Formats: sequence, C-alpha cells, structure tokens
Amino acid sequence: MTGVPISWFLALSAILFALGVAGFLFRRSIITVFMSIELMLNAVNLSFVTFSYQYKQVNGHLFTFFVMVVAAAEAAVGLAIILTVFKNRATLNIDDVDSMKN
Amino acid sequence: MDAFIIITLIKLVVIAAVLLTAVAYLQWVERKVIAHIQVRPGPYRVGPHGLLQPLADVVKLVTKEGLWPSYVNRPLYMFAPFLAVTMALLSIAVIPFGPTINVAGYSTWMQLTDLNIGVLFILAVSSMGVYGIALAGWASNNKYSLLGGLRSSAQMISYELPMALAIASPLLVSNTLSLRDLVESQAGSILRWNIIHGGQIFAFIIFIISAFAETNRIPFDLPEAENELVAGFHTEYSSMGFASFFMAEYLNMVTVSSMATLLFLGGWEPPWSAQYGSSLVPAAIFAIAGLVALYHGANPPHKLDRYTFSAFGVVFLLIAAVFLLPIVQSWLLPLFWFLAKTGLILFAFMWIRGTLPRFRYDQLMGFAWKFLFPVAMLNLLVTGFVVAWVS
Amino acid sequence: MDIVLFLIFATIAVVAAINVVVQTHPISSAVSLIGVMASLAVLYLLLGAEFIAAAQVIVYAGAVMVLFVFVIMLLNAGAEVKRGRSLVVQLLGVPLIVALLGLLAYFVERVFPQSVKVHFGGFTGGSAQAVGRALFTTYLLPFEVTSLLILIAILGAIVLGRKELD
Repeated sequence: MTGVPISWFLALSAILFALGVAGFLFRRSIITVFMSIELMLNAVNLSFVTFSYQYKQVNGHLFTFFVMVVAAAEAAVGLAIILTVFKNRATLNIDDVDSMKN
Repeated sequence: MDAFIIITLIKLVVIAAVLLTAVAYLQWVERKVIAHIQVRPGPYRVGPHGLLQPLADVVKLVTKEGLWPSYVNRPLYMFAPFLAVTMALLSIAVIPFGPTINVAGYSTWMQLTDLNIGVLFILAVSSMGVYGIALAGWASNNKYSLLGGLRSSAQMISYELPMALAIASPLLVSNTLSLRDLVESQAGSILRWNIIHGGQIFAFIIFIISAFAETNRIPFDLPEAENELVAGFHTEYSSMGFASFFMAEYLNMVTVSSMATLLFLGGWEPPWSAQYGSSLVPAAIFAIAGLVALYHGANPPHKLDRYTFSAFGVVFLLIAAVFLLPIVQSWLLPLFWFLAKTGLILFAFMWIRGTLPRFRYDQLMGFAWKFLFPVAMLNLLVTGFVVAWVS
Repeated sequence: MDIVLFLIFATIAVVAAINVVVQTHPISSAVSLIGVMASLAVLYLLLGAEFIAAAQVIVYAGAVMVLFVFVIMLLNAGAEVKRGRSLVVQLLGVPLIVALLGLLAYFVERVFPQSVKVHFGGFTGGSAQAVGRALFTTYLLPFEVTSLLILIAILGAIVLGRKELD
C-alpha cells in the first residue's frame, strides 16, 4: 500500500491551528481560551514532526520536545494566574476582567 | 501475514480470558490472606473453601440494578469506568510472560507485542488511568465523590514522579526500553538480576511504595476509604460501574507487580541456571504441596475436607508431573518463574493491606514530595555515576 | 492501511478539536482536548516519532491536561454564558477563519509536492536513543536552559498559589 501524502499531515496541522485560533478569539471563558492555545501548540508540534519525517532528521523531534516542555511550564504558571484572577474577581469571563480597577 | 493475525488473535483471547479469571481469583486470594491475618476463615461456604465466591460475586454484580442517579453528568458518568478499565487492560498488552513458545510449527513470543518503548508505553497508559478516577469523581455530582476523585488523582500524579525515576534507574543499567530486552539483560542467575547486580535495591523499594500509591492500596487508600469519604470516587456507581473500578484496581496491581518483576527481579529467568537443577524446583514445590494436601485429606479438620483436600492433592501432584515433561518445559518453566515472582509481590500487596493503617492525606503528599522524590533523584544520580564509571 | 489509519485518527482529531471550540462547559472541552492529543500521538507513531508519541501521552495528555481538569474542578467552572457580540464579529468571524485556513492550505499544497509519502517504517531515526543522543550533544544548552525554565515555572506557580498573609 502506498503511504499517506505528506501534505495531508500539514493540512491537518493547518486545520487544527485554525480551530485553535477560532477558539482563542471567540470564546469568553479563560480556561477555554487557554485550551485553544494548547491546541495551537499541538498543531505546531505535528508540523515539526512532519518536517522531521520529510528531511529524515531527528531535529524536528527535538523541537517538539522543547515545545512540550515550554507548554507544560506555561500551563502551570497560566493556571496559577487563572486561580489568582478567580480568587480576586470571582469570574472566569474575560470580558469582566478588562480593567485593572477592581 | 495471515498467520500473524490469527496467532495474535489467539494470544489476545487467551491472555484476556486468563487475566480476567485471574483478577476474579485474585480477589478470593486477597480475602483469604486478609482473613487469615485477622485469624478468621474468610470466604468458606460458597464452594469448597469459598472457591466459587468470585463466581457468586460476578453474578451479583452483573444482575444488580444499575442505578442511574438523575443528577449525574451522563456522558462522563458512562465514560469514566470504561476509561479506567481500558487503560488497565491496555498496559497488559506489552508485558512479556516468557520467552518464545513453539506450537505446531509456529513460534511466537509470549507477549502480545514488544514495543521498543515498552516501558514508556506503560508509564503513558498509567498516566491516562488517572482520568478514569478524576472524571468519575466529577461526574457523580456529589461532594464526597469530587473530593475523593481529586485527592486520588493528586495522589496518583504525585507518586508518578518517584515511580518514573525509580523506573529510570534499572533502565540505565540495562540500557534498553523494550521489556523483552530488559529481561534478557538480566539472564544468568539471581546475581545478574537488576536488584543485586545493578544495585537497584533502593529503586525497587521506591518503586514498590509508588506502586502502592498508584493503585490506591493501603496504606495509601484514603481516597476510597470507607470511613472517610463514604466510598470516595465510586460512591455513586453501582453494579457494572463499581465492578469496572474494582477490576481496574486489580488489573493495575497485576501490571505494577509485573513491572517490578521485569525491571528488578529478572522477569522469567530462574534464580540459578538450569544446569544446577532449577528446572526441578517447580515440580518439587507442587509435589510438596500435593503431599501436604493429601496428608490433610487423610486426617481432615472438617468432614467435607476429606474430599476437597484429597482432590487438591491429586491435582497438585499431576501439575508436578506436568512440570517434569521435557516438551512443555521450554515455556512452562519461565512462565512459572514469572508468575511466582509476580505472585510474591501481589502477596506482599495483600499482606501489607492486612497489616498497616492508612496515611492521612497531608502525610501522604508530604511523603511523596519531600522524601520519596529527592531519594529517587539521588538514586538516579548515583546510578548514573556508577554506570558512567564502570563503562 | 496507513491511509486508513491516518483518516480515522485525523477525523477523530478534527472532530474533537471542533468540540473543544464549540462546547460550552469547560470540562467537555478538556476531555475533547485529551482526545485530540491522544489521536495526535497515534499520528506521531505513523510518522516514526515513537519517543515523541510516548512523551505526548505522558506529558501532555497525562500531566498538563490533568492540571487543566483539576483547575476546572477546583474552580467549579460552569458553562459559559452567551453575551452580546458585535455584529461585525458574528458576520465576519467564521468566514475569516475559513479564509485563514484556505490560505494555509493553499501554501501547503503549493510548496510541498505529493511525492513524499508517509508510511510505517519510513523513518527509523525517532527512537529514544536517537532523541537522547541529539538532546545531550547538539541540544545540550537548550536542555539545561529548559531545566531552569521549569524551576522558574515551579517557583512562579508556588508564589501565585500561596495564601495571602493578611
């Protein structure tokens, strides 16, 4: 059986990235916005691994590894920030935290 | 290609059938062990010495009314036990029970599949198993379940760290991630097992402690303790849902015991090589068990035991005779050693359940982060230095 | 066989991603995102990235998403309430996203020819050994810097999550 054309993987990555952008821009709950960011990062990871396959080198996998590590660190700090915002403003809707004044 | 598919399907059916029966009888063994620790007989009436008790339990659980409370989150409530059991069964797919087995001209591994990243696969699947519990706690819409689910998931992910570090240490010594190659690197005698030759005794202890916490067993079972949180995350589950969580817990126990055997105790390798007579050990053990059973059958403590013990004596002597046949020795002996070592660790699980009290939650978490994790890291560091020094 | 596997898991990934964006309750979005990550892990296996597939499930689906699920459960986040949106957003929103997607897809098809095919076993350099070797030789400095980054993240999370002493 022939394999999958490599542009299909890249098209899938583009679809996931566009969906991530849509979620990021349209949703109002902080946590859902954050999850859309993770979706975008995953789409980019797929692109990296695909290119690594195309050029038959392992460097793409290394980039994916670092993206994962940074995403994990970012998720930890971002969720701590969300918890603090919730503690102070008692809301998870980003439309309600649009000013520094309490 | 066709032969491969058919052989794999046959292996799948055999392993699934044996495993599910073993999990049911593991529960019988646990109840008997705990009962004898507490100086009482345990299940005794259903069948000879309670041997049909698991069957009765299965019938009860299946025919019980599956209650669907009106306030639960339906999709997640249905999905959570399914996820727990799926992840528990999936990790058995890469565990090798022995070397190759030759049947009717086809030679195949005693393992469903050997991945090059077998150890990482088991770590990945056990990380996913956390979701079954967390989502069950949330979906039940009940404060006890939520607390139990959150505590249990926090405990499981906290103890995943020392467990991963404790797994990494023998991997440094054996230099492979595939489970089959791991066992083959410990071939020889007991002096070549990772626990002695690799010096991984501390990693073994850390792994066993983390395994207790990962499978929510005493002394780490606060999230499902009856006198603390009603029943923790499975409060709202009845009949098949409860049975799923129960089965998932025993399957997880089997998985971590098998991992301990493969990583530290040499898998299916005998303690001393076959030329010094280790092939006769299983036959000897079963023969002694058969003779003891026949002796007790001759002067029985209860009247019915005259037949029960005698029957068992005869069965054990037959099994001992089977172990002496050279045809089956090539695959039966490694299987025996693997099951014996895994069985010993499972017995240790039950022994500790009957003996120790449970940790309080903050003691449990403090133990993981402030003691076990630094010790595991130190162990990895020392192992790394020694491996780099020696090679 | 490879095409069938790719189509199945790509469809699961896209459906789950749409679910992430469309669902109102955050916990449903979180569970769908776990589905996306798991199907992406299978696609990584198709691309020969075995270590990255395992790392994806262990780190992303098994740790980062557990963190998300914890926070959602702790905050008892409810379903999102629809507020008024401006007319511009409602009319132009989805078409603009589709336009972005079309642009990306066009460039992908233009630049990458159909000649390279992905099949199992096409790339064997993604083993843990290869990744480890590259990580500790070529990429040693980024590796050490990420350990510092993780330390900073831990400290930040602890400081932010601390109880106020007033």
